[in-house]
Amino acid sequence: MSPTTTAPPRTAPVERGVGARVRRPDARLKVTGEFDYSSDLSADGVLWGATVRSPHPHARIRSIDTTRARAVPGVSTVLTHADVPGAKCYGLKVADQPVLAWDVVRYHGEPVALVAADHPETARRAAAEVIVDYEPLPPIVDSEDALADAAPPLHPDGNVVKHVHIERGDVAGAAARAEVIVRGEYEVGMQDQAFLGPESGLAIPTDFGVELHVATQWLHDDQRQLAACLGLPEHAVRIVCAGVGGAFGGREDLSMQVHASMLALHTGRPVKIVYGREESFFGHVHRHPARLAYEHGADADGRLVYVKCRTLLDGGAYASKSGAVCMVAAGTAAGPYVVPNVTLDVYATYTNNPPCGAMRGFGAVQSCFAYEAQMDKLAAALGLDPVELRRRNALETGGELPTGQRLDGPAPVAELLERLQAMPLPPEPDPDRARDIRELPGGVSNTTHGEGVRRGVGYAVGFKNVGMGGGVDDYSTARIRVCEQNGEPEVAVHTAACEVGQGGITIQAQIARAELGIDRVVVLPADTDVGSAGCTAGSRQTWLTGGAVKSACEAVRAELLRRAVERHGAHDSTLLLRDGAVVSENGELLATVADLVVDDPVEETREYRPPRRTEPLDENGQGNSFLSFGFAAHRAVVDVDVELGLVRVVEIATVQDVGRAINPLSVEGQIEGGIAQGLGLALMEQVQVRDGIVLNPSFTDYLIPTILDMPPVRSQILELPQPLAPYGLNGVGEPPTIASTPAIVSALRAATDQPLTRVPVRPDDIVGAMAG
Amino acid sequence: MRLTCTVNGERREADCAWEGESLLYVLRERMGLWGAKNACEQGECGSCSVYLDGTLVCSCLVLASQADGAEVRTVEGLAEDGELHPVQEAFVAAGAVQCGFCTPGLVVATHDLLERSPRPSDAEIREALAGNLCRCTGYEKIIDAVKDAATRLGSGD
Amino acid sequence: MKVLRPGSWREALEAKAAHPDAGLIQGGTDVMVELNFGRHHATTLIDLGQVEELRDWTRVDGRVRLGAGVPYTRIVQELGGLLPGLALAARTVGSPQIRNRGSVGGNLGAASPAGDAHPPLLAAGAVVEAQSAARGVRLIDVADFYLAPKRHALEPDELIAAVLVPIASGPEQFSKIGTRNAMVIAACSFAVCVDPVARRVGTGIGSAGPTPLRAPEAEAFLAAALEDQDAWAGGRPLDAATLARFGELVGAAARPIDDVRATAAYRRHALAVMARRTAAWALAGEG
Repeated sequence: MSPTTTAPPRTAPVERGVGARVRRPDARLKVTGEFDYSSDLSADGVLWGATVRSPHPHARIRSIDTTRARAVPGVSTVLTHADVPGAKCYGLKVADQPVLAWDVVRYHGEPVALVAADHPETARRAAAEVIVDYEPLPPIVDSEDALADAAPPLHPDGNVVKHVHIERGDVAGAAARAEVIVRGEYEVGMQDQAFLGPESGLAIPTDFGVELHVATQWLHDDQRQLAACLGLPEHAVRIVCAGVGGAFGGREDLSMQVHASMLALHTGRPVKIVYGREESFFGHVHRHPARLAYEHGADADGRLVYVKCRTLLDGGAYASKSGAVCMVAAGTAAGPYVVPNVTLDVYATYTNNPPCGAMRGFGAVQSCFAYEAQMDKLAAALGLDPVELRRRNALETGGELPTGQRLDGPAPVAELLERLQAMPLPPEPDPDRARDIRELPGGVSNTTHGEGVRRGVGYAVGFKNVGMGGGVDDYSTARIRVCEQNGEPEVAVHTAACEVGQGGITIQAQIARAELGIDRVVVLPADTDVGSAGCTAGSRQTWLTGGAVKSACEAVRAELLRRAVERHGAHDSTLLLRDGAVVSENGELLATVADLVVDDPVEETREYRPPRRTEPLDENGQGNSFLSFGFAAHRAVVDVDVELGLVRVVEIATVQDVGRAINPLSVEGQIEGGIAQGLGLALMEQVQVRDGIVLNPSFTDYLIPTILDMPPVRSQILELPQPLAPYGLNGVGEPPTIASTPAIVSALRAATDQPLTRVPVRPDDIVGAMAG
Repeated sequence: MRLTCTVNGERREADCAWEGESLLYVLRERMGLWGAKNACEQGECGSCSVYLDGTLVCSCLVLASQADGAEVRTVEGLAEDGELHPVQEAFVAAGAVQCGFCTPGLVVATHDLLERSPRPSDAEIREALAGNLCRCTGYEKIIDAVKDAATRLGSGD
Repeated sequence: MKVLRPGSWREALEAKAAHPDAGLIQGGTDVMVELNFGRHHATTLIDLGQVEELRDWTRVDGRVRLGAGVPYTRIVQELGGLLPGLALAARTVGSPQIRNRGSVGGNLGAASPAGDAHPPLLAAGAVVEAQSAARGVRLIDVADFYLAPKRHALEPDELIAAVLVPIASGPEQFSKIGTRNAMVIAACSFAVCVDPVARRVGTGIGSAGPTPLRAPEAEAFLAAALEDQDAWAGGRPLDAATLARFGELVGAAARPIDDVRATAAYRRHALAVMARRTAAWALAGEG
């Protein structure tokens, strides 16, 4: 039996273990350009795949003629839906998305045919020669229209992907008692993950199936869907996680996986597909655009008595993760506050807009923008300081969410806000000193030398669940092997957890080092040769795969100690691992690990499940549907040119509870990077869609923050142990992206007195009535 | 079309099957130098930054034939004898690398900045690196890395 | 596709005469994007990258003769004193990598209304020096150069040799709107040039019409006001009403549309603000 976590420690403290600022093991390869990303792969005889995509958001396909495309010199094959060997559709939750459309296309950019050729330009030109005869159909481009009774159903079960209704207490009664009521309607635009490494991969035919090297977030779910669509058993589909150039939710759904594999199987040759930036915008789901109508009621002291909301999430053409996003948006809809009475309705709909799904923050982002705007509005109506209002309503440990779930872990909402407010503000600009234009709104574009510039400060706090909720069997698997290399012990960590840039591999190595007291740890490439690790999503991998690594290491340690006892006859309870050796409590060397494993490596595989199973919500939205929660608060200081509507964010301050910072360097990186994405949503990032057509699929017109747009981030990390998790850690990745957006918009409101009810905030919104 | 140029001090030749191939494509697909990255191929992200005859450029915006006879230096050419360049060391140490797709471009752009301006101010760093998008780090640790690199290079004089 | 690489200006003119349909490439900042995304359809491309004659500037009779291929980086570094408006605009072009390759010749050849060089060229009253193998040099006022979005006044056999930009005899300013503080295409932009010697005000509007535009009424109004107030010498602020009226006239001269980068109403408003501010900076002697 392996020792439990409550057993006395069996490993001496190590350097570069848990809690240390350890450098990434892959950083050296990344700074020298030697790291292999999924677009950096090649093979002898490789062909290039290209995808024919629909120019229409909704159309019937009358016919597809590939004759001319096949005749282009250098083309090996052209495939359509008729060539899909297995299931015609795939999907993360619902298999509703065609591998290649056959009768109808439901969004602008939907794949219709594939080409493989000897050169990417040949493939591209041949793709342009595939003649698809479309009969355009009127698109449904608005969630409200999709819900209307008369709306034609885009899928057999209608246009509602998911409706979550949460009812608690007596809202009508509370409304009658409320002293102050504020209402507001808010909008969140369609944000793109904009990971820098475009969708890409290499499919290689094997004797019995296919091997795919791809950038993804969940190898085993790719494998499941891929095998089904290829009509192959899962073991015939081997997937290797190639270097991932960022993900942020955008690699949960399949993109080119089936396409490249189909082309490889048809041609018998390796096939490479690399999307360009434009195609990447069509190649993955986006953050759900949302319309949110809110009503908050409070008593005279500012205590919330009820919250009502109706939120529409536009899921676009296919289901993707809309259902789960809907659940998180609803579960977090009232904010990290004590609210006795709620009616919360969140819908995710099908439309003919681009499919939407997972993106960092996953539903919590949309809700937080609205409920935090409401809290500011309520504070103004009550004449209260907005931070004080939040503090008075703050959830704490032992409190209950509108779903009835009791918070048994840390919920330091008030503490985060108090610490944040205590942090010093950046200095006001010196009115007598001419400012460098790079420090002003507009930057080097030279739009102001100080004219029209006002400063604003805004606060927001947000939260999100960690892990997969709603009753999903959430687990991860790790295989740990200790062997001898040149007289030294070496640990190999093997999991299927996708390293997408967040630093999971660093943390796995730290945990192995800490548990085994062995410095040399190698993290093997993630592939499907080991059990599933689940998705690198939901801020869950450090907890879940970290837990699996810890658990497998404990099993390895038990075996090492057993061998030591067996060979040297000591009693095992007095032994511990230290610096690659088994030593007694008083430090006496019993055996080196290298000796214990020299002819017979120790290998153990363990699955880890968190100690709590989640459950689905019932028809009133009640249930323990989440594993735990992460909280973060943000304060934004902005300079706004109120005449031109241009903004420079001066500073973001943040306090986040991380449970335990396994690697503080990585934690800071998650916080700073997450805030940058929140800033992007606040100020500039939106996939613009008109009548179902994407207008800005490029980095020329879909703008993400540059280094001149990002201010310094001042962060404070709180470590309140999460009792359910290994080492007391908690998920870290998503909370930075949640409240940063509303904090910035709150600061903009403070500076401009404009309502600013939608993000991204456009210069027009700030200028308001001045323009026009 | 046959292209001959010097890449990282070595004479290299490549045959371009299509005259429209970019220097980025040739470096990657024909010379096996995958360090310059293909993030946008429209000059908006800087991840394909290389030196062309000593000038910092986006290699995606250079027609391969324009590099004929030129000297190209890529991220692969910065480390010497297996020793990381101080800029590379600084990026590793500062935690300025996450997914790393922007990193080669940023390393080359930082190298270029510090050649021209050994002690850049914050504002100067931000203006000089504004053409290099990063989606993971929020840039905070990149600024740290640039300053650290400046110190490392300064003390090495 | 075939790429021709003339080694001299003479060869370049001959290549263009022989292939009047050929596309042109130099810095590649526009053309390569089209090639990378399969949107370039010329069967012949003339690469001007080898033509050294294009990469120099000289002073000629009170003007800078700016070779069509001088990269923006050099304009920022070398011409801030002689052509301050153009240098300010050059600093806002793309990123350092783009400024190292892109040039005014490319901006003119692409004739996009959003090109950053156009407003200062219009404001300064620059002249495009076109040349063909058959007919030699032809000078085109930059105001007559832009015909429509991405269309200009060159004949198919002509190339841009240089642009002749009057050396500033007074203050020049440039300002540009984008929703990001760096590396952004103009949602709209504005340049103003005050010439106390010729007693002339020049303006240029970018990205707010089918072509880059001047605002002639605004120019005449401000010139008259400077005359009335005896303020050509600068150094003292102009009254707020005059500046506001100048801004209004600039806004009125724009012919903007709604698109992904901004609404027409916002563009008009922003131009008025930029015009007011840049004129104030210019006349107050601010850099």
